[in-house]
Amino acid sequence: MPRLTRWFLRAALIHLILALLLGWLLGLGRIVELPPVLAAASPVYFHLFMLGGVAQFIIGVAWWMFPPLSKERPRGNETLAWAVFFLLNGGLILRAICEPWVAVDPQPIARWGLLLSALTLVAAGWIFVGLLWPRVKGR
Amino acid sequence: MPPLSRYMIRMALGHLALGFLIGGLMLAHKAFPYAPWVMRLLPWHIHALFIGWTVQLAFGVAYWIFPRFALERPGDPRGRAGWAWASFGLLNAGVLSAGLAGAAGWGIGLALGAGLEALGVLAFAIHLWPRVRPAILQ
Repeated sequence: MPRLTRWFLRAALIHLILALLLGWLLGLGRIVELPPVLAAASPVYFHLFMLGGVAQFIIGVAWWMFPPLSKERPRGNETLAWAVFFLLNGGLILRAICEPWVAVDPQPIARWGLLLSALTLVAAGWIFVGLLWPRVKGR
Repeated sequence: MPPLSRYMIRMALGHLALGFLIGGLMLAHKAFPYAPWVMRLLPWHIHALFIGWTVQLAFGVAYWIFPRFALERPGDPRGRAGWAWASFGLLNAGVLSAGLAGAAGWGIGLALGAGLEALGVLAFAIHLWPRVRPAILQ
């Protein structure tokens, strides 16, 4: 298993754990009153789970298992693939901080942080698509 | 990788790119409200990423790597391929219908799209069911 895949999979497992912890806290909101910043975090819960956990797990395994491009560069541009890792995880962390923050107290720094997270996440997704596309082939 | 897997995985990557773009537009709107209509794309975002990307990628890979009927049916090693092709059409038609109808605020179209997606999953289950078995190596 390549080193980058190990990083994707470990980060995915951490996101899954964090998502389920946050989901548990949000569930507590049915019996106790949560701080407003936590009550505003349900989009963060969904995205930690589906993007940080499930999609990142798929991305890591696809990078490892999809048909190789060539003998010299079996998986394509590794630098760009590391960029996907950092953009995806950095964008998610930034989003997890800024999205509830904007919901309860829309300071300019939180708004700019949220916009930056949107840009980094879109960049991560599009770069990954560009990397995997040529590896979807017959042999 | 067989042709249907290639089509399914490429469509899944297309839905991923579109779903991420829509998600980015909605997140940017939360940061600096600039176009309220962007939030109407939420059903498209959800259907593209849950069904178009996650489910379709899993189906494309399953069609490729699950055990085949190479000995029993050499001419039709994956068996009942028509159901898998039907699933490909239904899933993508469903995501497109649900996304467009959701953006237009047309509830019936959204329900129709979700129905097509459900039929797509059913068709793939019919295809894959007999392939969920131990691999025969000789």
